[in-house]
Amino acid sequence: MKEVINLPVKNIEEEEYHINMGPQHPSTHGVLRLVVSLQGEIVQNLKPHCGYIHRGIEKMCEKDTYPQIVHLTDRMDYLSAHINNHAVCLLVENALEIDVPERVKYIRTIVDELNRIASHELWWCSFGMDLGGLTCFFYGLRDREKILDIFEESFGSRLLHSYYTPGGLMQDIHPNFQKRVKEFIKYFRKKIKDYDDLLTGNIIMQERTKGVGILTVEDAVAYGVTGPSGRGSGFSCDVRKHHPYAMYDKVIFNEILMHEGDTFARYMVRMYEMRESMKIIEQLIDNIPAGDFSAKMKAVIKLPAGEYYQRVEAARGELGVYVISDGNKTPYRMKFRSPNFSNLSALDHISRGGKIADLVAIGGSLDYVIPDIDR
Amino acid sequence: MDNTTLKEKIQGLLPGAEFQENKQFITFIIPADQMHDLALKLKNEPDLAFDFLFCLSGVDMVKYMEVVYHLESTLHRHQLVLKVRMYDREHPAADTVCDIWKTADFHEREVFDLLGITFNHHPDMRRIFLDDNWKGHPLRKDYVDEVNIVEL
Repeated sequence: MKEVINLPVKNIEEEEYHINMGPQHPSTHGVLRLVVSLQGEIVQNLKPHCGYIHRGIEKMCEKDTYPQIVHLTDRMDYLSAHINNHAVCLLVENALEIDVPERVKYIRTIVDELNRIASHELWWCSFGMDLGGLTCFFYGLRDREKILDIFEESFGSRLLHSYYTPGGLMQDIHPNFQKRVKEFIKYFRKKIKDYDDLLTGNIIMQERTKGVGILTVEDAVAYGVTGPSGRGSGFSCDVRKHHPYAMYDKVIFNEILMHEGDTFARYMVRMYEMRESMKIIEQLIDNIPAGDFSAKMKAVIKLPAGEYYQRVEAARGELGVYVISDGNKTPYRMKFRSPNFSNLSALDHISRGGKIADLVAIGGSLDYVIPDIDR
Repeated sequence: MDNTTLKEKIQGLLPGAEFQENKQFITFIIPADQMHDLALKLKNEPDLAFDFLFCLSGVDMVKYMEVVYHLESTLHRHQLVLKVRMYDREHPAADTVCDIWKTADFHEREVFDLLGITFNHHPDMRRIFLDDNWKGHPLRKDYVDEVNIVEL
């Protein structure tokens, strides 16, 4: 008779194990490593490991002059490069009490909003791709390309523009700028309906996003989740409304708030925000006043000794720039409060108890850009 | 609440606290051992309700190390800056506020990583950006790194 051997059988369901998502993973959109503890396919907890592309921008700033620092800010959140530039320029202008010409304010507001649309388009196409809809990727990139063409014609570059300088702009806009922006708005008003038909109304997409990754408004405030992700939870955090700069206190637009706090709410906020951005551009594009494209600035910019803080609404949330100046041409200490860094800190909280497949949808809806986390 | 009433209110909570004023914010300098108690009061008192910590920075002022808290109330929309100074450059330590504002968790780890300020009672006080074996803290003014060039 054969001897029966009882092998110890482990129950795989009960065992917790760890999975590395990243550093190279398509859904992290960059080099971010998430160590995910799983039980079955349920996420127990998650630890983000950042720093793979930390470049020490804050340290570099201590050696650079303010006009040079503007170029470094492009490299943080490269998808809202103009808005990052705007933060540093506003900080210098407010510290030196310089009135920039009206023309500059108009152009900056229009370009910021174009940048926001371009950024949300790229988010939309990659979000669709994360959920398995590859068509979205082509639709989104096709339309974003049109904005990049406008940027290229006026500013000479497509991604990292450094178009704003303290006091104004690098050069005036191209004569075609207004015409092409108006053409784009007309074109995109039609195309955004296609976006809704293709993805928003899609039942598979709704099943995967509704009720997934819920962030309550209290948690959004506590974690400092700002931008469309925070507003999807009902956290009124639009800097353009609460601390207006440039032309934002003179144009009519709505702060989009949803109260569900799930992935779908964060998705919808961005879809509505693109429409609000178009509304802002339409109010300004025909009324750009004539005038200089820059205020008169000294060759060497020195901020008076003291502390300055500037907040702007970047495409992913609130960007803060904190400067301690000792009166020299370089800052003594420069700190960037980047929106993605705070938004990422909530990822562990909102993905707990969900499935690992939902983590991709949640990460997509937070829309993180890794260089902005690492700086 | 405007800045004058806010100032009186904070002075009521913490008599004799040193403060600075500029065009944007009023700044209070808080002794390190009283920071946590004050932070709790600032968050929980209904007419203060500072629930949004929108920036937390560490600064090396050479004579001392400093942690700067930028606070806002999402209810009343007033803002306040708190500073905690530590004169021990070798082992600067402050109490964590990440039990009060959860966003402080990551920001305090960043300050620890780049400036070497430890936060007592923090649940996970590790480096966040740099390698665990990294020597020194790059944002300190006396930081010299001959191997990895960070100087420009």
